[in-house]
Amino acid sequence: MDINMGKIYAVWLREVKRFTNSKSRIVGSLAMPLLFLVALGGGIGSLIPGFNYQAFILPGIIGMTLLFNSIFSGVSIIWDRELGYLKELLAAPTSRTTIVIGKALGGATTSVLQGLIILILGILFGLASPSIAGFLLAIIVMVLFSTFVVSIGIIFASVITEIETFQLLVNLLMFPLFFLSNALFPLDKMPDWLKALSNANPVSYGIDALRTLINGAGSMPFALDIAVLAVILAVALLFAGFLFNRTSI
Amino acid sequence: MNAIEVLALTKKFGDFTAVDGISFSVAEGEIFGFLGPNGAGKSTSAYMLTTILKPTSGTAKINGFDISHDPEKVRKSIGIVFQDQTLDSRLSAYDNLDIHGRLYDMPAPDRKKKIREVLGLVELLEWEKKLVKTFSGGMRRRLEIARGLLHTPKIIFLDEPTLGLDAHTRRHIWTYIQKLKQQGITIVLSTHYLEEADALCDRIAIIDHGKIIALDTPSNLKKMLGGQVLSLKSADNRKILELVNKKKLGANARVIADAVSFEVKNGSEAIPGIASAMEKAGIKLESIELHVPSLEDVFIQLTGKQIREEGNGQSDFKRRLVMHGH
Ligand SMILES: Nc1ncnc2c1ncn2[C@@H]1O[C@H](COP(=O)(O)OP(=O)(O)OP(=O)(O)O)[C@@H](O)[C@H]1O
Ligand SMILES: [Mg+2]
Repeated sequence: MDINMGKIYAVWLREVKRFTNSKSRIVGSLAMPLLFLVALGGGIGSLIPGFNYQAFILPGIIGMTLLFNSIFSGVSIIWDRELGYLKELLAAPTSRTTIVIGKALGGATTSVLQGLIILILGILFGLASPSIAGFLLAIIVMVLFSTFVVSIGIIFASVITEIETFQLLVNLLMFPLFFLSNALFPLDKMPDWLKALSNANPVSYGIDALRTLINGAGSMPFALDIAVLAVILAVALLFAGFLFNRTSI
Repeated sequence: MNAIEVLALTKKFGDFTAVDGISFSVAEGEIFGFLGPNGAGKSTSAYMLTTILKPTSGTAKINGFDISHDPEKVRKSIGIVFQDQTLDSRLSAYDNLDIHGRLYDMPAPDRKKKIREVLGLVELLEWEKKLVKTFSGGMRRRLEIARGLLHTPKIIFLDEPTLGLDAHTRRHIWTYIQKLKQQGITIVLSTHYLEEADALCDRIAIIDHGKIIALDTPSNLKKMLGGQVLSLKSADNRKILELVNKKKLGANARVIADAVSFEVKNGSEAIPGIASAMEKAGIKLESIELHVPSLEDVFIQLTGKQIREEGNGQSDFKRRLVMHGH
């Protein structure tokens, strides 16, 4: 495989600069998860006495932030194609694999930064108290999970060429992935059908690992979470590279 | 060695043949023009030569590298300014160039030095920190030219570099292009502005429906039409016709519309002599018109239609701008 670190850095740098250049996007994409955490967490939490529901969904809300920002980063290739920048990338003496890796890491960086903001706010509000090691491990889990989702976005961007399809993707894939996971509901209280769906949902493993690290309340073995994340990430990244290699302007 | 050698290059989209077996070569240091109307296949040809689209058949060598077998070496040795804009408008001018330089593996000191140099060339130095989304169309175009030159390519492809720009900016860009030629860079320029092709190109390929229908220097192309044409008008055109033929004042004399037209070598020099000959013969002229053939006439002669001066090639781009509000 033809991979060049300097060029990966170039693609990464573009993603990060685009992100830091648009302050409104940062604020906008934090508003929704915070609303979920405060309103949904506070509201439903008051129905369940004796259970800190807000603390429970904090990892789920971090997962939500990662999920939506990462998929957006991945499919931004569709915008790159529409607005022409993809031509600049494809015309450079740079392998497609290099572009995919740079894009995946760039998207992961910007998403994890936002996930991290939610986590830190959560800690400040006393919803989580991870150890230093747990905090650092949580960052690694966020990177794995986020890179996986960006890769899924790149896969979609390589096969769908219509911007309009993006809305469909969000409604038919991203919302189900989020709601049919363990993000908002404890697994042991779920009806069997929801439990089955949640266990088949890769998002649940990322959130479970975060839950273990952030407030020690994960319900699956941590090693299993990490193993699942690593495998799906590898598969998604390879698949993204393969499909992006065949994409055209 | 020629900078570019193209052999029977063809691109089909389904059943439709966008580029139909074109062959030509471009010498080092030459400005080579692609002149053709909308949809002629200029951009598709440029995409194939710059390895962004794979040809359906045929081959080409750029700087000695085959476009199908050695695409990365081809890409490293060329610069491209696409017809549609390809800048990242959410980055600053400097960052657009910086990332380009990194993608082309330029070491940091070299990259920084060249960024200043090319920004200076296109007169955007004081704008380097501004986001591209605040730039006018002409500034974006100049920045794209700067970016295409950043990695010191031996050949630069300019696909309609002045499309949709005002006359002033267009002339500005022409001077940059002439400066590049002085540095020995080979330039492939596609355009549907006849004036532009005429002013800049050493040789022009006229392309229509994916085929090259003529390829020569601008002056040779114009010579294909014969000399310049004088049209004389008076109350009695027959007398003019007789006199022109008798005194051999010009070739191919005939009555067209309500005037007598004939070809002469150099119209402006011939007019005084012809006017006094007419006066001596007692013919009272109402008007004399001189028509110097342009590339437009060549184009009409070859294709039977006019090349549209203000094309709709930019409409795609405009539509995009509207769609995304960028
Ligand atoms: N991806 C594509 N799929 C199908 N047809 C295409 C595609 N790209 C170009 N064409 C067609 O190929 C023909 C040549 O297009 P091209 O863009 O090369 O023309 P052009 O000479 O650059 O025109 P313009 O002056 O408008 O830029 C057109 O008829 C166009 O519709
Ligand atoms: Mg074109």
